[in-house]
Amino acid sequence: MLEISNIYKTFNKGTVNEKKALNGLNLKLNDGDFCTVIGGNGAGKSTMLNAIAGVWPVDSGAIMIDGKDVSGLPEYKRAPYLGRVFQDPMTGTVADMEIIENLAIAARRGQRRGLAWGVKKEEKEKYYEMLKEFDLGLENRMTSKVGLLSGGQRQAITLLMATIKKPKLLLLDEHTAALDPKTAAKVLELSDKIISEHNLTALMVTHNMRDAIVHGNRLIMLNEGRVILDISGEEKKNLTVEHLLEKFEKVSGSKLENDRMLLAD
Amino acid sequence: MDVLISYFSSLNPMAFFSALPGNIAQGIIWGLMGLGVFVTYKLLNFADLSVDGSFATGGAVTAIMLVNGYPIWSAIIVSVLAGIAAGIITGVLHTSFGIPDILAGILTQIALYSVNLNILGKSNLPISYRNYQLAISASNINNAILIALCISAVLIILMYWYFGTEQGSTIRSTGANPAMSKAQGININTAKIIALALSNGIVAFSGSLFAQYQGFADVNMGRGAIVIGLAAVIIGEVLGEAIFRKHANFIIRMAFVIVGGILYYIAMGIVLWLKMPTDDTKLFTAVIVAIFLAVPNLRKMKSNSFKKVAKQNAKSDKEGK
Repeated sequence: MLEISNIYKTFNKGTVNEKKALNGLNLKLNDGDFCTVIGGNGAGKSTMLNAIAGVWPVDSGAIMIDGKDVSGLPEYKRAPYLGRVFQDPMTGTVADMEIIENLAIAARRGQRRGLAWGVKKEEKEKYYEMLKEFDLGLENRMTSKVGLLSGGQRQAITLLMATIKKPKLLLLDEHTAALDPKTAAKVLELSDKIISEHNLTALMVTHNMRDAIVHGNRLIMLNEGRVILDISGEEKKNLTVEHLLEKFEKVSGSKLENDRMLLAD
Repeated sequence: MDVLISYFSSLNPMAFFSALPGNIAQGIIWGLMGLGVFVTYKLLNFADLSVDGSFATGGAVTAIMLVNGYPIWSAIIVSVLAGIAAGIITGVLHTSFGIPDILAGILTQIALYSVNLNILGKSNLPISYRNYQLAISASNINNAILIALCISAVLIILMYWYFGTEQGSTIRSTGANPAMSKAQGININTAKIIALALSNGIVAFSGSLFAQYQGFADVNMGRGAIVIGLAAVIIGEVLGEAIFRKHANFIIRMAFVIVGGILYYIAMGIVLWLKMPTDDTKLFTAVIVAIFLAVPNLRKMKSNSFKKVAKQNAKSDKEGK
């Protein structure tokens, strides 16, 4: 489904702040893989997701989605293949527009947007049913501005927007990091449910090792812009946090440095 | 004392009321211009200064076409197209060449000054209602108010429709959240150019009406237009929020831009009636706009200020002793 071959990205080239963020990164995801991504500070987790989404062009290398090379396409042209949820709950939705308007914009991802009415009548019923399944009471607030919702509710809406048109690949970039633990758990549960129900291929960056172990069928660890661990199947099911830390030290030859990760439960 | 008495006795209330209809008519026409500013300033979140140029372009194109014997409807259409072209230029300067929004607008504005002079051939071109068939004229003010109001109503309905469509929604989302828009497959550069084109088209349209209303086009007629347009938008917004609280829908918000334009011109009428020197009108405009821009912020600061906390605590300290 996704095939990343040998991508490089350096920020602030030729200055004192030069940072090699991606360093010959390779990754191949199979259809239906739900892969969690962990790594230390500056390991390139978010950079990898941004490279896939096309926030900026990579320096070299190729990114194939469903057999098509997208590395030459700008962000908005890659959007039809992707569903994205961001770390900041403010990023994924328009605060000043109604819930239903936000959903309608997402439902037209990859389509020509003409002079037809922005939200059609039959869509309203569809969205009502979808929101009802979320069980957050949002189905009765469809004409409320998204700005009135809590962070967790906004992430739930963003998640629905990302998957309202089945994407080839779902990118979750620490999408529960800004939420309180209880809400984070609920949003994660929702993500799990949507991914398995629609049989989506997904990449989820997280700083919580336990979440990374519990969720998904595959786990990769990044270090210095490269994949250094790739665990799947039975091996992943039997994984523990201690085990993972041990592996990291063995492969990278240093201790794992991620403030948030070590502090996380 | 004597000076004050003679000053106030020299003010004639009737003069104010007789000037009122003219102020209202001009206010509506500038309110239309404000609707153009509303598109960029409120919806697209883009401070577009090219409107000073495109307002005069609308007037210039209308005047020169009338003088050359074209009918008024064709003159208005070409004026709007000229405004649209100006907006596209600002949009391309900003999106394709990465020039910041304010600078892109200023470049278009200054370029249009020369363009407008070339269109007019001189700095001022009269189009009297005696010689030409006009859509709107100060010669019949009641009629002018009626026509301007009808045009406003039609434009507001058209804008309500357009910004509710799929394409219109992309402009609103681009203005409010470009990152989300890109992630949802919206080409935000195209959205920006469309919005700037529409905005400047509307502004040129009101420039055309204003030239007809005053009976001439002048190369300087757009000087400070952005500030008057902003005045209409902001006065309307502050007033609309005061009356409707948070319940003002999109139609009401736009209607209040027209109201804002009218109120601005009535305020200007009062200033002139008080026999303030006409040289100072731009100064008064700036003061009015600054006050209305400051009001919402001051209100916010009042309920959310360090001084308030300091006062409260000082008070409770005293009571505690």
